[in-house]
Amino acid sequence: MTREPLVRVRDLQVEFQLARGVVRAVDGVSFDVEPGEALGLVGESGSGKTVTLRALVGLLPRGAKLVGGTIEVDGVDVTAASDDTQRELRGTTVSMIFQEPMTALNPVMRVGDQIAEEPLVRLGMSRSAAKARALELMALVGIPDPKRRADAYPHELSGGLRQRIMIAIALSGDPKLVLCDEPTTALDVTIQDQILKLLRQLQRELDVSLVFVSHDLAVIAQTCRRLAVMYAGQVVETGPVAEVFREPRHPYTLGLLRAVPDFEIVRDKLASIPGAPPDLASPPPGCRFHPRCPFVQDDCIANAVPLIEVGDHRAARCLHHERVVEDVRREPVIAGG
Amino acid sequence: MAEALLRLDDLHVHYTLRGGLGRKVRGKQPEILRAVDGVDLELQRGETLGLVGESGCGKSTLGRAIVGLTDPTSGTVEYEGQALTAKRERAKRRRIQMVFQDPYSSLNPRMTVKQTLAELLKAHNMVPNNGIEARCKELLDLVGLGARALEAHPRQFSGGQRQRVSIARALALEPELLIADEPVSALDVSVQATVLNLLEELKEKLGLTVLLIAHNMAVVRHVADRVAVMYLGRIVEQAETDELFTNPRHPYTQGLLTAVPRLVPGRESQSTGVVGDPPSPIDLPTGCRFHPRCPIAQEPLCSSEDPVLGGNGHVAACHFAWTERPAEHVPEVLEEAT
Repeated sequence: MTREPLVRVRDLQVEFQLARGVVRAVDGVSFDVEPGEALGLVGESGSGKTVTLRALVGLLPRGAKLVGGTIEVDGVDVTAASDDTQRELRGTTVSMIFQEPMTALNPVMRVGDQIAEEPLVRLGMSRSAAKARALELMALVGIPDPKRRADAYPHELSGGLRQRIMIAIALSGDPKLVLCDEPTTALDVTIQDQILKLLRQLQRELDVSLVFVSHDLAVIAQTCRRLAVMYAGQVVETGPVAEVFREPRHPYTLGLLRAVPDFEIVRDKLASIPGAPPDLASPPPGCRFHPRCPFVQDDCIANAVPLIEVGDHRAARCLHHERVVEDVRREPVIAGG
Repeated sequence: MAEALLRLDDLHVHYTLRGGLGRKVRGKQPEILRAVDGVDLELQRGETLGLVGESGCGKSTLGRAIVGLTDPTSGTVEYEGQALTAKRERAKRRRIQMVFQDPYSSLNPRMTVKQTLAELLKAHNMVPNNGIEARCKELLDLVGLGARALEAHPRQFSGGQRQRVSIARALALEPELLIADEPVSALDVSVQATVLNLLEELKEKLGLTVLLIAHNMAVVRHVADRVAVMYLGRIVEQAETDELFTNPRHPYTQGLLTAVPRLVPGRESQSTGVVGDPPSPIDLPTGCRFHPRCPIAQEPLCSSEDPVLGGNGHVAACHFAWTERPAEHVPEVLEEAT
């Protein structure tokens, strides 16, 4: 690791003011993203993964407040930056791909103009140069016949093409970092396959960093080298995807991996995690996963559990990670992995 | 072979989108969406049939036509050898029940679980009036919810618990055939497994026949005995589950299987998979419906002739389903990346 990380998040805390109290949706999240790296953030609904992602660009949902921690993107402290600086950052260094292209795109603007907006406004290109750039980007993301499609409105395009337009827009400012919020969840599996292949190829060719949020472990496995698993507002495990999936160190990661139906590994019965994630207005004491954990001991309940280093570039928020490993060795998660 | 519990014969469900007077005056044909376009299907008693396909292929419409929520345009739905129409008498309606995808919108938010269940039990005279409470408890017990849930409203439950309530509601009428339309796709992974396991348990315990409609191939592989793949209103392939997953014969099924992301990092399909988007069911391609996206289509055969579902036990609607293919078209399902 010779290069400076592009993103450095330290002890991030985000709170929501709700009628039933203060909910800390993100509680002490830290991670780095290296230049050119793809980092996956996995978790179930309510784990805080999307809020974390949005905090990176200063786009927190209404009612959410950043109450602690720092976020540095490309040397700029986002948490301390003025609105103007943040907007500047969003236009050029960082861009975002949303889950629902239909709601994220402007419905009354031709898609070609939407792609050209960034080069025109932010990069100061001439109208014709911006237009040419838009066509170039459309070709780059694999849109057939860009000239004709540039004049279309979003509703005239299929879901797959709309998502390609979103990607073209995200790339239009030559970003160093692209944030992906479940970019393929709304798509059919054959289209998802096309989009994931495209993202992988673009990331490699353009050397951009990706932060990829998904609930789908398999999607993360196919797009990212490294991942952070989130549970109840905290990172519970980090490490290289291949290693974490082969030998998870946190019981939650293990539970998730065993619960996912995969058609290479057919089990008699799918494993499941008992119970439900905690209400973050009153999280359980100690380890947040302890009420659902099969490995739970007395010391899990007594004190909060820190992220513990468990190997090269790996960490898990579990006091008994050795026992998790023993369990995995008895019954491997991924056959032949 | 024993007589099928349910038999669909050349079932069509068409929706007229624009057939107004204005169009007629101008002498234009009405625009028709062919959601289900000629489906033959049999369900044997006690089996789980998985129906897979992408959005818009007509799989949900097919489910709705079977339960009687949609009138078929033509063709028949036969249940135990007797024709069923969408309008059916209470006793017949009871025997086929449905679990919907979204447990948030398919339960009445103003009714407690007990009210929801009791209403059904009364309307169908399932138990004497003084036995309703006990039966409600029994139903909740069956789906793994405690009696405390009786007085709760849907909003007090998590997604997985709501789906359990939906299942209890479907089971209240002691159906023989359960149609589950994407029962877990709105749920988190860890909860999905519990609901799928529950469905399987109930099927064993109550001897149910299940039609599981899903887009997730892996879910179907785990639960179904037999799988039918649907594309643009037609069944394009059907086989025993293991057979279909290990020896898919239709290029669409092969494409679907290669497209599913794998849990093992680095095992990504290198093949191009299925290209492009599905055509509109309003303006269907001529010949084989899959030919514009098909990697092995041959002209002029595939664009002019509609292939029939052919085969023995394992059927596929492709002109080349049972012929050897050129090597480069065999989909590599697993490829260790360098």
